[in-house]
Amino acid sequence: MNTLSLELGLGVLGLLLLVAESFSFIPRKSIAYIAIAGVAAALVLLVTGLAGGAVPAGMQEFYVVDRLALFYKGLALVSTLVVIVLSLEYASVINQFVSAKPEQTKEAGLGEFFCLPLFVCVGMMVMASAVDMITIFVALELVTISFYVLVSFMRRNALSLEAGVKYLILGALSTGLLVYGMAWLYGLTGQTTLAGISEKLVNWEGGVTAPLFASVLVLAGLGFKVAAVPFQIWVPDVYQGAPTPVTAFLSVGSKASGVIVLTRVFESLVVGGSVVGQPLTQFVLILAGVTILVGNFAAIRQTNFKRLLAYSSIAHAGFLLLALGSRHSVSGFSPAEIAAFYLATYVPMTFVCFLVLSAARAQGLSDEIVSLTGLAKKCPVLAGALMLALASLAGLPLTAGFMGKMLVIFSAAYDGSYLVLALAVIGAITGFYYYFKVILVLYAKPDGATPTIKLSRLSRVTLAVLTAAIVVIGVYPKSVQGMLKGTKKVEAVAVVK
Amino acid sequence: MILQIIILLPLLAALAVWLGAPGRITSILASGVNLLLVLGLIWQYQGMGLEGGMAFKSAFTVLDQPHIQFAVGADGISLTLALLTALVTMAAVWSTVGKDAIYYIASLLIAGGAFGAFLCTDLFFIYAFHELALIPTFLMIALYGYGDRKAVAWKITLYLGAGSLILLAGLAGLVWLCSPDNKITFDLLALEPVTADSGYAKWWVEATYFTLLIGFGTLVSLFPFHSWAAPAYAAAPTPVAMLHAGVLKKFGLYGLIRIAMPLLPEAAQATWIQHALLYMLLGNILVMGLVTIHQRRLDGLLANSSVMHMGYIFLGLAAGNALGVNGALLLMFAHGISIALLFLLCGKLRSQAGTLEFEKLGGLAGNAPFLSLVFGIAAFASIGLPGLANFAGEVLVFLGAFKDFDAAEGFTFLQVATILSLWGVVISAVYMLRAYRKIFFGKAVSGIFVSDPGISQRIPLVVLAGVLLVVGCQPGLLLNLMQFSLGALGFK
Repeated sequence: MNTLSLELGLGVLGLLLLVAESFSFIPRKSIAYIAIAGVAAALVLLVTGLAGGAVPAGMQEFYVVDRLALFYKGLALVSTLVVIVLSLEYASVINQFVSAKPEQTKEAGLGEFFCLPLFVCVGMMVMASAVDMITIFVALELVTISFYVLVSFMRRNALSLEAGVKYLILGALSTGLLVYGMAWLYGLTGQTTLAGISEKLVNWEGGVTAPLFASVLVLAGLGFKVAAVPFQIWVPDVYQGAPTPVTAFLSVGSKASGVIVLTRVFESLVVGGSVVGQPLTQFVLILAGVTILVGNFAAIRQTNFKRLLAYSSIAHAGFLLLALGSRHSVSGFSPAEIAAFYLATYVPMTFVCFLVLSAARAQGLSDEIVSLTGLAKKCPVLAGALMLALASLAGLPLTAGFMGKMLVIFSAAYDGSYLVLALAVIGAITGFYYYFKVILVLYAKPDGATPTIKLSRLSRVTLAVLTAAIVVIGVYPKSVQGMLKGTKKVEAVAVVK
Repeated sequence: MILQIIILLPLLAALAVWLGAPGRITSILASGVNLLLVLGLIWQYQGMGLEGGMAFKSAFTVLDQPHIQFAVGADGISLTLALLTALVTMAAVWSTVGKDAIYYIASLLIAGGAFGAFLCTDLFFIYAFHELALIPTFLMIALYGYGDRKAVAWKITLYLGAGSLILLAGLAGLVWLCSPDNKITFDLLALEPVTADSGYAKWWVEATYFTLLIGFGTLVSLFPFHSWAAPAYAAAPTPVAMLHAGVLKKFGLYGLIRIAMPLLPEAAQATWIQHALLYMLLGNILVMGLVTIHQRRLDGLLANSSVMHMGYIFLGLAAGNALGVNGALLLMFAHGISIALLFLLCGKLRSQAGTLEFEKLGGLAGNAPFLSLVFGIAAFASIGLPGLANFAGEVLVFLGAFKDFDAAEGFTFLQVATILSLWGVVISAVYMLRAYRKIFFGKAVSGIFVSDPGISQRIPLVVLAGVLLVVGCQPGLLLNLMQFSLGALGFK
C-alpha cells in the first residue's frame, strides 16, 4: 500500500461525505465523526508504516515519499484531526452565523464545514511529496481554494466575509506571482521538476538576473503561504475574521505544507554551485530577520487573542525561514529537518491556544484577551494547559518551543549569520512580553463573573494529548528526531543531496 | 535514581496540588522527604572517599545530536546547595498557611528548578531547570506581590529573560570551544578545559568567558545588572522572596564556579576580566551598601542588602583560589539561609503589623520576644558576626583575596578591592543594627501589635536559625564537604 492510496482514500471519503451531506442522509455531526475516524485511520496506517510503500512507477518524477514527506503527511493528518475536533467544539458558533434564523433547524448551517478539511488534508499530503512545479501548484490550489470557502464560511458575519475577500484577493495575487515565477523557470530551464531545474541552475551559463528574478517570484508566492514579511499583510485580518478552527488550520496546517514546499523549492534553487544560491540565501535570511521583528513587535500591542496569535505566527514563520536559510547542518540536523522539527513543536502549542479559544467562543466569550481574565479560578486545568502552550510559544526551556528555537538559533550561530541571530534574540525577548501578558490575564483576579469553559470529552482527550506532546518534545526531543531519521527503509528519490 | 527523585518530587507534588491535592500538606511532605534524601546523600558521599569527584551519576539520552542527556550527578558543592534548597523550601512552605494553591505550586516549581539546576550535569538541563522558575516567580509577583507589582514583574521577566539569553549565547560558545574533537556535546563532564595550547584565539575564549560572566552575573544581580533584584524581592510574596533570594540567585554563582571558571581557567584570570569584575563587585558592595543605608522600609532594606552581599561572594570568585572560592561557597549557603529567614520574618511583620516602614514601627520586642530573638540571630548572621554561619564565609573570602599579598610589591588591585570591601562590613552593620533597633526596641508605637507565632510556626524559624548557629560554630561540616570537590574542579 502506498501513501498515494491514503490521499485518494481521504479524497473519496470527502466526496462521499459531501454527497451524504447534501442529501441529508446522516446527521451533520456524524459527518464530523466519520471524517475523524477516516483521518485517524489514515494516521494509524501512516505511523505503523503500512502506508509508506514505494511510489508507483512513472510517478517518481513528480512525487516522492522520503522521510520528510512522511513526516509532513503525518503533520497534515494530525492537524486535520485536531481541526475537526475543534470544529465540533465550535459548531454552535458556526451555526449561529450561517442559519438565517438561529432557531431554524439544528445544525442546518454546518454543511460542508466538516467535509472541506478533508480536501485540505489531501492537498497538504500531496504537497509533502510534490517535487514538480505542476504537482506543487495543483496541490497548493486544492488547499487554497478549500480555504477560500472555509475562511468566509460564517456568511452572516461581516468579519468573516471580509476575511474571505481579503484571503481570496491576496491568495490569488500570490498564486499569480507563483505561477509567473514558475513559468519563468520553465522558460529558462525547460524543466518543471525541481531536480531538473536545480541541475540546469548548477550548469547555468547565462546571466544571473533572469533565474534570480524567477526564483524570487516563486519564493514570494510561497512567502504568502507561510506568512513571511512582506507578504504577511493578510494574516491578522484573515486570522481574526475566519472561524477559529479555520484560523488554527491556516496557522498550522497551511503553514506546514507551505514550509515543506518552500523547503524543497528553496533547496533545489540554492543547491551547491547554483548560480542563484548565494543571493537567494541572503534574500531568505533578510526576510527571516525582518519577519521575526515585524511579527514580534506588532504582536505587542494586540488585545485580540486571535490577532496576537496571527502576529506570533508571522514571528514563527521568521524562525522557520531562518532555519531554512542557515545552510549548515547542526551535527545531525539538516536545515530542512530543523524546520520540520520546529513545525513539530509549533503544532501542539498553537493548537492548544486555538482549542481553548474555540471552546471559549462557543461558551459565549469573545476573542479578546481580557475575556479570559481569571480563567484559572474556574478551569485550572484549561488555564494550566494554555499557560504551558504560551510558555512554549515564548520558548521557555523544558517545553517544545525551546527545543525548536534552540536548534534554529544554534544553526544560525554556527552558520555565522550573526545579524539575523541578534534579531532573532531580540524577537525572542519580545515574545516573552506578549505571551506572558496573556498568562498574567489567566491568573488575574476576575472582576465580576468568571468564565466557565466546558469541553467535550473528545476535546479533553485532544487537549491532554497536545499538552503531553509539548512536554514530551521539550524534555525528550529524540522522539521527533526519531520520526525524522527513522531507520525504516523508504524508497525515495532524494531531491537534493 | 535518588537524584532524579529529588529533582522530580517537587515537580510531581506541584502537579498533584494543581490537580487538587491539599497544598500545604503535599508541599511539606515533598520537601521533607527531599530534605531527608539530601541529608542521606551527604552522609553517603562523605563515606565514599571519591577524592571530590561526581558521585551518584546516571544519564538518560534525550537527543543524540547535538548530544543532550538528562544527566545527574552530585559532589560536595552541589550537595551543599541542594541542602540549602531543601531547607529553604521546607521553611517556605511550612510557614505559608491558608494561601491559594498557586503559592504552593510556585514554591514547589521554584524548588524543583533549583534542585535540577544544582544536580544536573548536562548544560542543557542545568540551564533549562533554572529557567523553569521564571514563570512561577513572574506570576507570583504580578498577582500576589506588593507595591507596584505588575511593573516589577515585567521588569524582572524581561531582565532575567535577556540575561538568560546572553547566558545561552555564552553557553553555546562554551560548548563550541570545549567539546572534545568538535563533537557538540552538552555533557559538562565530557567538556574539556580550554587552555593556551588548545589552539583557540585568546580574545575569542575571553569573550566567551565575559559573556558567561555577564549572563550569570545578571542572574546574581552583579552591579550594574542588578536593578531588577531589589524591587523584585521587595514586591515578591514571602515564599517566593525566600526561595528566589535565598536559593535561586545562587545559581549564577554556582554556574561560574562549576561551569565557567573550570572550563575557561585562563580567561577567568585574564587581567581585564579580573578588573572588570572587581569594579562591578565594588559597585555591589559600596554603591548598593549606601543605597541600602537609605532604605526606609524593611523589605527594601533586605532586598538591597541581598544585592550588596553578592559582592562578597564575587570577591571570593575573583580571588580564584581554593580558599576564596570555598569561602564564597560557604557564604552562598549562609546568605541563602539568613536572607530566607529575614524575608520570612519580614513577611510575618507585614501580615501582622500591616506596615514595614521604620517610622511606623517600634518596640515590638515587648510583645514578640521570640521574633525579636530570631530576627537578631538572622540580622547578626547577615552582618557577619562571629559564631554565625556568614562570618566564616566572609573571613575565608577576605583571606583568600588577600592571600598573595607581597609586602615588597605593594597592593594589587585585588587587594585594594578587598580593603575597600571590608568597609562593606561596617556599612551592613550600620543599616542592620539600626533596622533592628528601630523595629524591635525603643518606644512601642500605638496601634501596632505583633505577637509571637505559635509552636508550629516557630519550627521553620528555629530550624533556619539553628542551621546558622551550627554552621557558624562548626563551619568545617560544610567546608570539608566542598573542599575536595573544589580540588577536583581545579581550584588550588
